[in-house]
Amino acid sequence: MIKELLIILISSSLVSNVVLSQFLGLCPFLGVSKKINTAAGMGTAVIFVITLASAVAGAIYKFILTPLDLTYLQTIVFILVIAALVQFVEMFLKKFMKSLYQALGVYLPLITTNCAVLGVALTNVQKNYGILQGIVNGFATAAGFTISIVILAGIREKMEYNDIPESFKGMPIVLITAGLMAIAFCGFSGLL
Amino acid sequence: MKQGSAVERLKNGIITENPTFVLTLGMCPTLAVTTSAINGLGMGLTTMAVLALSNMFISMLRKIIPDKVRIPAFIVVIASFVTVVELLLKAFIPFLYDALGLYIPLIVVNCIILGRAEAYASKNGVISSLFDGIGMGLGFTVALTIIGAVRELIGAGELFGYGVMPESYVPCSIFVLAPGAFFVLAALTAIQNKVKRAGEKKGKDMSKIQSGCGSDCMNCKDSGCSSRFFESKADDLEIEEITDEEENKAVEGKEEGSND
Repeated sequence: MIKELLIILISSSLVSNVVLSQFLGLCPFLGVSKKINTAAGMGTAVIFVITLASAVAGAIYKFILTPLDLTYLQTIVFILVIAALVQFVEMFLKKFMKSLYQALGVYLPLITTNCAVLGVALTNVQKNYGILQGIVNGFATAAGFTISIVILAGIREKMEYNDIPESFKGMPIVLITAGLMAIAFCGFSGLL
Repeated sequence: MKQGSAVERLKNGIITENPTFVLTLGMCPTLAVTTSAINGLGMGLTTMAVLALSNMFISMLRKIIPDKVRIPAFIVVIASFVTVVELLLKAFIPFLYDALGLYIPLIVVNCIILGRAEAYASKNGVISSLFDGIGMGLGFTVALTIIGAVRELIGAGELFGYGVMPESYVPCSIFVLAPGAFFVLAALTAIQNKVKRAGEKKGKDMSKIQSGCGSDCMNCKDSGCSSRFFESKADDLEIEEITDEEENKAVEGKEEGSND
């Protein structure tokens, strides 16, 4: 059991990294990666939301959709549940955990449309993960996201003053950086 | 050409406002499934089906849906059509279903679809909305097929599964792997930058071209996909917009001779 969870943890965070090999959550990856601080904040918020969402989505799938034989409605149910969940989390944090809200608050609404959240919930179902494995998978995926966005932000901070060809300024050079990072992450595939 | 006519809508979707090449929307599927031309084509057509149907349906319902719950209502409509299309693919085109996998249900969160629903279908008639969906979908399909063909050609030396390169060609297989997708998109946005710059020099209005998807999910006010969600919130966050001025400033601030 522990071994299985460990394998999920490593494979989802490093080997098949959510951004660099599955291209989920690209928008925040490219959009919020200019400074290490904001990138880390975004990463934390993503870890928080994805872990929670995979727990809730897993529970709904197991205790509501499967017994009622409604599993084909998973896409509709998951997207609504995730959108509602993010709203509730935001309201809850605002009311009861002021400091955490100040740290994560601004990132939360941006996550609703992050396809990584829906992607993880659907992967958990596709791979027949139980609720616990689902939560671990969600956490690992989000951790992989955080690792890559923080690394990218670090590189971009250094890259600020580099001499870049005219047409490659802005997004193209960031994408090339991401591509090189993706090559580096390919190296993890020998790990399992 | 008459505004909102079928032909005008098709041309708008395929050329003037091509979702991939001009607006740079919906980058996740663009990168993920374009490992070959046939996958790109399949994904494009699947998206087109969902886009045309949801545009049509949302346009029919536009007077019934209350303004405040508009976005959730759109999402439910889109998710329903995605589910329908997914089940159809599973039943009739299983090889495509297997190849696209997770990215079929993820069509729900594709910016293009919610963007068109919000920007066009919720304000216009049924027929022109339908053709707007078909046009945008075709534009997306063409773009995905071209990107897929380029990656397949360089990465495997084939086109639609047929070998076209001479035998001595050694495929550069990184192009069909994940890193290749980033490089192809980098080249694409670099070309966009170049075209935009050239156009601006001639004094044309190039504001339509949005470079890179960094400015997409959070700032695509024109396509309106998420700005309504986050109107107040998004402003608080330092979302960077890579503008030319900003970059130029960065270059000006650079110390002389540090480009070793």
